[in-house]
Amino acid sequence: MIIALASLTTLGLTLGWLLGLAARHFKVEGSPLQKEVEALFPGSQCGQCGYPGCSAAAAAVVTGEAPVTLCAPGGRALAESLARKLGFNVDLSGVADKPPMYAHVREALCVGCTKCFKRCPTDAIIGGPKQIHAVLMDACTGCEQCFHVCPTECIEMRPVQPTLQSWYWPMPASAV
Amino acid sequence: MKLFRISGGVHPHDRKGLTATLAIEDVPLPPLLHIPLQQHIGSPAAPLVHRGQLVRKGQLLAHSQGMISAPVHAPTSGRIVGIGNYPAHHPSGLSVRTITLKPDGKERWCDLETVTVDAGMLDPEEIATRVAAAGIVGLGGATFPSSVKLNLRNRYKLHMLVINGAECEPYLTCDDRLMQESAEHIIDGARIMARALGVENIVIGIENNKPRAQAAMQQAARMYDTIRIARLPARYPMGSEKHLVQTLTGRETPARGLTADIGIVVHNVATALAVHTAIRHGTPLISRVVTVSGNAVRRPGNLRVPIGTTVAYLLDYCGGFTEVPARLISGGPMMGQPLPDTRVPIVKGSNGILALTASEVHSGPAMPCIRCASCVTACPCGLVPLEMANHARAGDLDGAVRFGLMDCISCGSCAYVCPAHIPLVQYFNYAKGELTARQRTEHKQKETRRLAELRNERLERQKQAKRAALSQRKQTGEQSAATAEAAEA
Repeated sequence: MIIALASLTTLGLTLGWLLGLAARHFKVEGSPLQKEVEALFPGSQCGQCGYPGCSAAAAAVVTGEAPVTLCAPGGRALAESLARKLGFNVDLSGVADKPPMYAHVREALCVGCTKCFKRCPTDAIIGGPKQIHAVLMDACTGCEQCFHVCPTECIEMRPVQPTLQSWYWPMPASAV
Repeated sequence: MKLFRISGGVHPHDRKGLTATLAIEDVPLPPLLHIPLQQHIGSPAAPLVHRGQLVRKGQLLAHSQGMISAPVHAPTSGRIVGIGNYPAHHPSGLSVRTITLKPDGKERWCDLETVTVDAGMLDPEEIATRVAAAGIVGLGGATFPSSVKLNLRNRYKLHMLVINGAECEPYLTCDDRLMQESAEHIIDGARIMARALGVENIVIGIENNKPRAQAAMQQAARMYDTIRIARLPARYPMGSEKHLVQTLTGRETPARGLTADIGIVVHNVATALAVHTAIRHGTPLISRVVTVSGNAVRRPGNLRVPIGTTVAYLLDYCGGFTEVPARLISGGPMMGQPLPDTRVPIVKGSNGILALTASEVHSGPAMPCIRCASCVTACPCGLVPLEMANHARAGDLDGAVRFGLMDCISCGSCAYVCPAHIPLVQYFNYAKGELTARQRTEHKQKETRRLAELRNERLERQKQAKRAALSQRKQTGEQSAATAEAAEA
């Protein structure tokens, strides 16, 4: 009886000690998958997907609550890399790529209130108080944050026009 | 000299007879010249002139920007009437920034600097600088700035310069005529380029369907024992630089590499001539020879055209159309691109304007693939076009890349031989474009993330600075209060 008690106690203590060590040394903060997925997102926290930021969106995608196609600025490229990361096949050929947009400031209406450039997640808007603002097209992600806060509705969202560098042949009409 | 066989390739009817015997004619000045700022691979040139300014022939209109770029010069003297968007020489029909020049007909040259010393005495650096300043780009159609290629000696161990006179595209005869009419100058240009590259050996590759050009070049090169003329079998795509090098040396260029990786640089004959004129006469690249051909053209010919002349003007000069062309193409029929509009200007890279009748166009409704593997035999790069096209059509671009999409040179041999008329090369062009577009999106996403992180850092810094300022104010407030109390006491 004493032998049984002693052996069980030692067993319990040793295993408990091992578990304690493991908990300390192999500790994982949050889900690692979520972190990896989050790294794929643009990180501009624009909120277009309906989630409060990119990490919340990543969490939703990992739990399967949201589809991989949720991120508008990421577009089809992001949807594809998300699907690859999460290991499932999605048919994205049907997903119409939303044409990339950029914000344009109509100078005649801009009063220089600075509201838009405080909001811009990528600092794509330049200007100062009571100065006409302008958008750096290359840095603009088309997230529409500025579009919604402008008090004079001077920002318009325009589709990004193809240039000689970005244009390419469409898929030939196939008969087969 | 000993030649090596390349696999694949096709033998299209060359149809060069339409223009091969016609000497190069100078085209009279058109009423307006439209000179695009982007006629080369790389960043567009930045304009230096303003509207209303009078310019002289050869004057710099726009300077190059960045490492890979080329300047643009005035093809004749006259007045700048506008700088704005004009339809580009491009299948998309998009517009590009263009300088419009109204010639005054006086052809007044700006001051030119000429060099008469022997090619062997020139300084390599200086040659490259002058070639860059003359706005010379690859005139075979690739339009890659030539000076960048002349500077390859710094990064590669080179041993041979190949002058590409293969001109394997059917219909085109501009290089053939240039070699017959200006052989001496081309040899001089080639020697200057060899000097810039620091190589001794020069090989000039000319297909056997141009015996007169071969003879003329042989004659011009007889004094130099480092220059050899290679008589190439006529086979498309012999003019592709990698295949040309393989035919001449038996060595294959590494996949997605440059011919410089195996010590060889390839330049076109027209580029060699442009280098000669730039160094010897100081003349920048302001005109080029264009073959206007096809059965729908009343009077085909080889024309020396000022850059910026519209295609419509050239076609009018050639007597217009005999019938409405089934297809209007810039370049050769195999790799050329359709032109959506005849208003577009001739640019540095245009070597041919073809107006083809319905009987000359090889097309029909696309039918199912019968897996005959004709395309596999024809592919000069050893790829499997039918599988690549299947993957591209299904939207599986990674699959197409696995089958070698990035090694495809878009030569069109597969589509040419396909008995089912499947637009194979069109699928590859689409797939390559789509891949580049995706890379661009990914790059943009990375940049967005970087900008967002920078912004967050900045906001954090501002917050901390504010906090620090506040605490300091509190401290100084307490201190002043304490001193005030002390003073009262």
